[in-house]
Formats: sequence, C-alpha cells, structure tokens
Amino acid sequence: MAFELPSLPFPKNGLVPFMSEETIEYHYGKHHQAYVNNLNNLIVGTEFENLSLEDIIVKSQGPIFNNAAQTYNHTFFWNCLSPNGGGLPPLNLLVEIEKNFGSFEQFRQDFTNAAVSLFGSGWVWLVETPNGRLEILPASNAGNPITLGKKPLLTLDVWEHAYYIDYRNARPKFVEAFWSIVNWNFVSNNL
Amino acid sequence: MDRRKFFSNLLSLSGIFWLSLSKNINAKSYMFNNLKENYMSGKFELPPLPYPYDALEPYIDKWTMELHHTKHHQAYVNNLNKAIEGTELSGKTLEELLRNASNVPVAVRNNGGGHWNHTFFWNIMKPNGGGAPTGELSDAINSTFGSFENFKKVFFDAAIGRFGSGWAWLVISNGKLVVSSTPNQDNPLMDVADVKGIPILGVDVWEHAYYLKYQNRRNEYIENWWNVVNWDAVAKLFLENKK
Repeated sequence: MAFELPSLPFPKNGLVPFMSEETIEYHYGKHHQAYVNNLNNLIVGTEFENLSLEDIIVKSQGPIFNNAAQTYNHTFFWNCLSPNGGGLPPLNLLVEIEKNFGSFEQFRQDFTNAAVSLFGSGWVWLVETPNGRLEILPASNAGNPITLGKKPLLTLDVWEHAYYIDYRNARPKFVEAFWSIVNWNFVSNNL
Repeated sequence: MDRRKFFSNLLSLSGIFWLSLSKNINAKSYMFNNLKENYMSGKFELPPLPYPYDALEPYIDKWTMELHHTKHHQAYVNNLNKAIEGTELSGKTLEELLRNASNVPVAVRNNGGGHWNHTFFWNIMKPNGGGAPTGELSDAINSTFGSFENFKKVFFDAAIGRFGSGWAWLVISNGKLVVSSTPNQDNPLMDVADVKGIPILGVDVWEHAYYLKYQNRRNEYIENWWNVVNWDAVAKLFLENKK
C-alpha cells in the first residue's frame, strides 16, 4: 500500500503573513512530498510494506523511521495550523492546560522556550501521557511521541526549512508568529 | 573596515592559522591561533571571514554568507561565552572543551562545536577554488578511495545521508583517511564522535548553509560546493597532521 501526500487543510496562501506561500510550496510540495516518496520506496518488499504509518513509526528505525515519522509529523503539523487560528483554546483544552501548566500564558512561554532552544532540527510537541497529564516534549530530527506511548496534541516544526525563507535565523520570530495560526479546535479534538 | 584592512586581516588570519597548525603536528595542540588569542582576553570572538561575503558567488551567495557568518557563527560565539562565563570552564581552550565534549554542559558542546566548525569551514573554502587535490593528498585519496571521483561520491553520500542538521568530514583517523559525518555541531575532535581524529575537510549541511539559494536541494548545494573547496588548505592540513 503506497502512502500519499494528503491535501493541505488550507490554501497555500492561507497563512500569510505568518507563513508565506513560498514556504508552503517548498515545505509541503517538496519536503513533505519527498518524505512520502522516500518512505514508499524504502518499504517496498519489506516487513513494513503493509503496515499503518503509526505501526511503521513504532516498529522501524533508521531511514524508514525517519521518513515515516516525517510523513506523519508534517501531516499533523498542517492540521495544527489554520488561517482562522490563534487566540485561546476551547474551554475543555484550556482547563487541561491551566491544570497542567498553571496558566495558558505559562504554557505558551514554556512551549516557546522549548521551541527556541531545541538545538538543530526537530519538533516540539504538546502531548498527553497515558495517565492523562499534558507535557511539552522537544524531539530531535524526526522524533515522534507515539514511540514513547504518548498522544500528540499539538506540534511545531523547528527544522530550519520551516522558517528560513520567511524569518532566516530568527527562529523566535517564527515561533511568535505560530501562535497566531494555531488551530486550537484540532488540538482540542485530539484530547 | 576598508578593503585594504580586510585583506591584511585576511592574510594575518590565514598566516597565523596555518602557522599554528604547522607548529603543532600533535593532535593535542591542533588549534586556531586566533582563537587562542581571543581566549587570552577572556572571551572567544568571531574571526573575520577570510574573503569578502560575495567571494564564493555564484556557488554560495553573498546573503547566505553574510547571515551564516554574522548571525549564525556570531550566535555560537556569544552563546559559548555565556555558557562558560564564571564557570571553571572559563580558562580552557576551545580544543580542550571539545575534546571533553562528553563532560561539559551541552551548551558548551553545541556552541563550542559551532564556533570551531564554522571557523574551520571558512578556511577550507576560497574564491576560485575547486579542481582536484595534487601531490601526497591526491595519492592518499586515490589509495584510500580508489579515485578522486570515488572519494567525492563517498563524501557526497555522507553529506546527503546526514539526516537533520550536521556536517560531513574527511578525517585523519588513526593515520588513515576516513569519511564520516556528525550530527548538529559535533565534530571529529570530540570524544563523543563515532570517528575521532583530525578533520581536514568538512561541509556544513545545516539547512541554513544552503536554504536561501538551494532550498530543499542539498544535493545541488554539495555539487556546487566542490567549486569553492580550498584544496591547498586541505593539502596543508593533511601534510601537517598525517602520521
């Protein structure tokens, strides 16, 4: 079963001015597409060929893991963004965030710090642990929380390709802009 | 800085740089002299680029070089100074910090590596570079990799195969030439490296090194980068550090 690049849940220019159409062209059209293509090529004739994406992520290592997780992570990331995003989360999620981080402001600050200080390429996740706690999880390269048995709720891509066209070296500005396009409805539905 | 001053700095920088290497064949003292001097003042400093920002055009564009040197490299220097200030590590040479990478705070490993790697990178490139190595280095590459073309392929594969951010290297390791790669700002001088030794060639494959010009096409960046390799510098490092 070949994996396919899912369609974007918003128009390519839908996140302007926070994320440019050019960034989306490359990030979705080239990077995400390449991970999907690489994954399909790598799993042909292997034990992973007929597994779900989640199963491949949990069971594989090396290049197959990298491309499977990057396929998953980017799809998840696009779903976390919306032209009508930003603002505050729906009440059910807001209550959980306040319970776990003290306040929404504190959560935003902790998540921002994790995103700015992750060294090299990677992702910052908001996850739900098996015992129902919310945590911020920085992960290098293709890191994905389901390998740790944790449920992804929100993610931010901090690979340089996610922001170099729009913000160059200024990752903090990119993270700041991210808060204006977070699709909190998607995040809250993941709870 | 005017142009004349720039070039005089460039000459003294590269002179000091190579002199320090030729004096110190022993790996223990492998060090950029300009960084030693910086250390004397209690702080590491950003060394000037040994050529103008547009000198590597069209292979590496001016804007990329400017951001890479004044923003990325500068940030590693600043963050390294911040990480060692007021600690027992302030007083160590950069090389000592890197060789003990497993025992220093991660900010020292990352930013110290970033400072060393970028200083090295600027010095193994030059305008009108490229071509092929000659002399003993050429012989060593041929005998190790079969041919220069095959070496380029092995090195290219290491650079392309490094997932995420990092570097690909040509290293003298236990008296032999070896191609390796390291994640993030690690390098072969570090005790944490898979292949430990003296780097004589390296390419930065962080996306910031090529994204403005090549975007997702790291392969094109590497293919073009061969045109700016300073083989004289690489040969010199080889001769001074081979067993």
